Amino acid sequence: MQWIRGTDESFEKILRGGRMREVGRSIKKIDGYGIATGSPAYTDDLMRDALIVKVLRSPHAFARIKDIRIDEALKLEGVECILTYKDFPRVRITRAGQGYPEPSPYDKYALDEYVRYVGDEVAVVAAKDEKTALKALELIEVDYEILEPVLDFEKSEGHPSIIHPEGADGAYDPSRNLAAHFEMKVGDVEGVLKECDVVVKERFYTQAQAHVMMEPHTAGAYIDYQGRLVVISSTQVPFHVRRILARILEKPIREIRVIKPRIGGGFGGKQAIHGEPYVAMVTLKTGKPSKIVYTRKEVFESTYTRHPMRIDITLGATKDGKLRAIDMEVLSDTGAYGEHALTVLMVSGSKALPLYNKVDALRFSGKVVYTNHPPAGAYRGYGAVQGNFALESAMDILAEKLRMDPIELRKMNMIREGETSPVFKIMGEGREGTEMFIKSCKLEECLNRGKEIVNWDEKRKNKKKYRGVGVAIAMQGSGIAKIDMASATLKLNDDGSFNLIMGATDLGTGSDTILSQIAAEVLGVPVEKIVPYSSDTDLTPFDTGAYASSTTYVSGNAVKRAAEKMKELIKLEGARKLGVDPEEVEFDGERIYTKDGKSIKLDELATLLYYTENQKQLCATESFVGDESPPPYMAGFAEVEVDVETGKVDLIRYVAVVDCGVPINPNLARVQMEGGLVQGIGMTLFEDVRYSKDGKLLTNNLMNYKIPSRMDINEIIVEFVDSYEPTGPFGAKSVAEVGIDTPPAAIANAIYDAIGVRFTKLPIKPDDVLKAIKSKG
Amino acid sequence: MKMGLKINGEFKEFDVDPSTTLLDLLREAGYMSVRRACDTGTCGVCTVLMDGKPVLSCAILALSADGHEITTVEGLKDDEDFQRLLDLFLSEGVDQCGYCNPGFLITAYAMKRELKNPTDEEIKMYLVGNLCRCSGYVGQMRALKKYLGVEE
Amino acid sequence: MVLIDRYVRPKSLEEAYELLTSVKGARIIGGFTFMRLGTVNIPLLIDLQDLGLDFIREGEDFIEIGATVKLGDVERSEVIQKHFDGFLSKTVKYIWSVQLRNIATVGGTVFARFGFSDFITSLLVLNTKVKLYRNGEMLLEDFLESRVSRDILVSLKIEKEERKAKFRFMRNSFYDFSILNVAVSAKVENGRLGGFRIAIGARPGIAKLAKKAMEYLEKNGLSPETISKASDLSAEEMEFGTDIRGDAEYRKMICPVLVRRALNDILSESSGGNRS
Repeated sequence: MQWIRGTDESFEKILRGGRMREVGRSIKKIDGYGIATGSPAYTDDLMRDALIVKVLRSPHAFARIKDIRIDEALKLEGVECILTYKDFPRVRITRAGQGYPEPSPYDKYALDEYVRYVGDEVAVVAAKDEKTALKALELIEVDYEILEPVLDFEKSEGHPSIIHPEGADGAYDPSRNLAAHFEMKVGDVEGVLKECDVVVKERFYTQAQAHVMMEPHTAGAYIDYQGRLVVISSTQVPFHVRRILARILEKPIREIRVIKPRIGGGFGGKQAIHGEPYVAMVTLKTGKPSKIVYTRKEVFESTYTRHPMRIDITLGATKDGKLRAIDMEVLSDTGAYGEHALTVLMVSGSKALPLYNKVDALRFSGKVVYTNHPPAGAYRGYGAVQGNFALESAMDILAEKLRMDPIELRKMNMIREGETSPVFKIMGEGREGTEMFIKSCKLEECLNRGKEIVNWDEKRKNKKKYRGVGVAIAMQGSGIAKIDMASATLKLNDDGSFNLIMGATDLGTGSDTILSQIAAEVLGVPVEKIVPYSSDTDLTPFDTGAYASSTTYVSGNAVKRAAEKMKELIKLEGARKLGVDPEEVEFDGERIYTKDGKSIKLDELATLLYYTENQKQLCATESFVGDESPPPYMAGFAEVEVDVETGKVDLIRYVAVVDCGVPINPNLARVQMEGGLVQGIGMTLFEDVRYSKDGKLLTNNLMNYKIPSRMDINEIIVEFVDSYEPTGPFGAKSVAEVGIDTPPAAIANAIYDAIGVRFTKLPIKPDDVLKAIKSKG
Repeated sequence: MKMGLKINGEFKEFDVDPSTTLLDLLREAGYMSVRRACDTGTCGVCTVLMDGKPVLSCAILALSADGHEITTVEGLKDDEDFQRLLDLFLSEGVDQCGYCNPGFLITAYAMKRELKNPTDEEIKMYLVGNLCRCSGYVGQMRALKKYLGVEE
Repeated sequence: MVLIDRYVRPKSLEEAYELLTSVKGARIIGGFTFMRLGTVNIPLLIDLQDLGLDFIREGEDFIEIGATVKLGDVERSEVIQKHFDGFLSKTVKYIWSVQLRNIATVGGTVFARFGFSDFITSLLVLNTKVKLYRNGEMLLEDFLESRVSRDILVSLKIEKEERKAKFRFMRNSFYDFSILNVAVSAKVENGRLGGFRIAIGARPGIAKLAKKAMEYLEKNGLSPETISKASDLSAEEMEFGTDIRGDAEYRKMICPVLVRRALNDILSESSGGNRS
């Protein structure tokens, strides 16, 4: 396991000193075997007998429904129910899966008379099978008043076409198509720039990347024997779904149960409500189970994308290499609805700017506009990758102007352990943040190690033709401080095993597994004695859900606390049985024992506690909210070779050296990194987004929207450095998102090193490269 | 229309609408390892073996499969070599969301039988039609090389 | 979604043709691949898999590939690998995926005349004929330009000869249709290269022979200088268009690059004798 680097510090001792039994082990995922061999586990597998729900979607980017006639469609044999906007309570929500009160505008009705993008919902049909449902869609007649769409986000603000003419609570200024706005400053940017020897100013664009999780969005609903509405959904946020459904259906929360089964990926694309209101309403009206399975086209057109952004960066430095000022201005396109608009905007600054915490002045200002594009929402990185592309590209431009090595420039200015940045306090998610002093940051080690692996000095000095290396550093967070709450319950069974019941949402990441490892470690039992069950709003305690890289840190801490409490309860009951004081016993996972040889085995005690004496159910529930959000840090290195006759960029190798604290399960942490890197590589080199002039998404299937294939990926090297976060469970931070942040800048920087052309727009495709080379001469 | 085919060694008869794809048929019959993901024959998630060769079940009409032999992952569970592949795969932690796993595994299983001593490039080309968004591919390659007995 | 009313497996070509002409909108599948895209109503779907057209035969003068042979079978065929240095087998490997190649048939691929087809571009630089049920045998390049629609492709006939052929393509992601594809070939006679063929496809239009470039090479032989000129000529005489994968300008820019590289592949492989 050479890719876990150790020195003499805590990490090495903990992992290799043999003190840990379960944490730090690369055990197999608990659910792996079943899923790989076809156990019914996903939403569609579980909803076999259900009405098929299909949605009629708008062919226009912006229109008002003048009239909608469903009589012909209703006559079709096999059609059970058709819903239009008249069938839903006139209640507006945000579909964003965020903590309440959500920092996103309440601008969406389940069905509305306005349609605001090609693919927006118009009507809902439920029928006995797919063929009938699709036929019924064709029979619904709609008269549209076509309105002028806003399709250029740089022209949206103040455009005569107002996308939310009725206004929207929580939107910054819908009359000017502004969904969100934020600005902050520290010091006097203009003043400091005047004192700088070198000023760099550049504009960058990123695209509306699609998540392309393998399982399309799927939701089912049924009424259980108690008459309650049960929704099974492929979602990252079951508790938020329950709350939002309650609002949109005007039902009390207690009458709704949401269950998340296994899901086939999310990456943020399932951090919101999607088809759930429709199946819920169909089931409430018909009394029958119903389900909606999105087609891949619907996933592309009618769920979410990443927020495309335009970012202007200004950097000022003195000739000794000290970065003195950063000015960042962002324009973000949230599409037809404002889910996650403000928060993604803020993260583009809050998870990039603190990397260089020694500046004298700093400014961030951003606007998020509505357009008639498919809505943008949460997506791994959540603004950080867009901000990182701009900032880390600009840093390289600065390094060249200063005639400094890009790594040396970063080392001189980057944040270090023990330090802080004013950005932490000023910029939270959707509101003020929390002051934080960084307790673990190994950026220096990451840069040094990456440099070594990639042979940086040699490659920069003895340059091979059309080959280049580039670097970028990045940070993310671990949950949202003071907001994200997780809880977990441990329940002792008579055989000495434990049910670990938690809200934490496993989207395939392996959280059920690593959280079991944490519980097992505390209790001193082998992980096989922990039986996890998660994400059922009736049976599991609350968890905000899988986003903001919160599961290991926030949910992990909750599990750790619950396990510690359970350990105390066991010792208490064991002591009582042994007739001694609680302080006199120890528990090693198998027995409770005293120094002088009295002992009882756990399973014996547990059985007595169920049936024979002092009967009680030992159960421990604990919660956790982070006071801070300790960032994972990393350095990413790209090595490219450019074919200057065709423009094709060959990514020969990508190296990532990561500080995620202690990896609870090294294999799973590594795969999260590798997956994130490849998704970032896709965003940089392959994933092009195209619209027709009428605003229809043209890249709406996998033939035309190219995620990296196996053949596109060469060498990926991931290493973890020795690091320990004292506030994290067993020293862990997070690893879910940071992997996606560095490829755009690192690759753009490598291409510049190779051919002297700077690309500021994503994706960087062969035709762009070739045309740039030709025009450069 | 009536039709019959062997699924995992068992002969089964069905009565299908001509529009039914092999994917639909298999899922209706309870083979949940066969999944739908992309609707355009691109992702490979729906891969099964037909007469021993990997095919996209979404791109074959059920009636076209009449008289043929289909193998899904459910039918390989007791195969020792498949068990070995599965174990190496799961040990790498690359199963992640799991959605692409059966299609990937069955194609890898077929690959071992079709290619002798493949190079890295040949392995990647054979499996290029099995997309994965979670794992980044390189971990799957680690598992595959162990499976094929190729030295690292 | 594709809605099919009737499905039939005819037992003879005659029966297949009768069915094809019996109903408007009747379609033939050899597999069932691209036909799935979009919403289509097909009154009658004709499956040729029982017609015994899944053969690859080597005759005295030509190789014959039956229409229901899968692309994957072409890839694996010993007969195919034996000829033209395995050119067709090597090219077919680049097409989409193993799974798709085990479904898509030679007949389905050629008859559809899709512009993006790498297979057609490759066939075009061999002396290939298509054998149709009603319209008989015709040169592939004539078939590509024709409007033949209500007919059944029975087989491909490829002339056996001593021919070197190379294939090059440009894609961004490897797992994609080509933005442009190029095939070149030259006949080896008495140690000399002649009978040059250059085909350019995925323009995005269907593959076409670059006749002026071919004539130029015929006259001047194969050398680094003539290769450069021929490559430029080939780009000049072709029409390029714009689609979601690339624009006309880009295709025109890379055409001579791909042609040059493919011709260089041939030059570097052939020993001696390369001037006429």
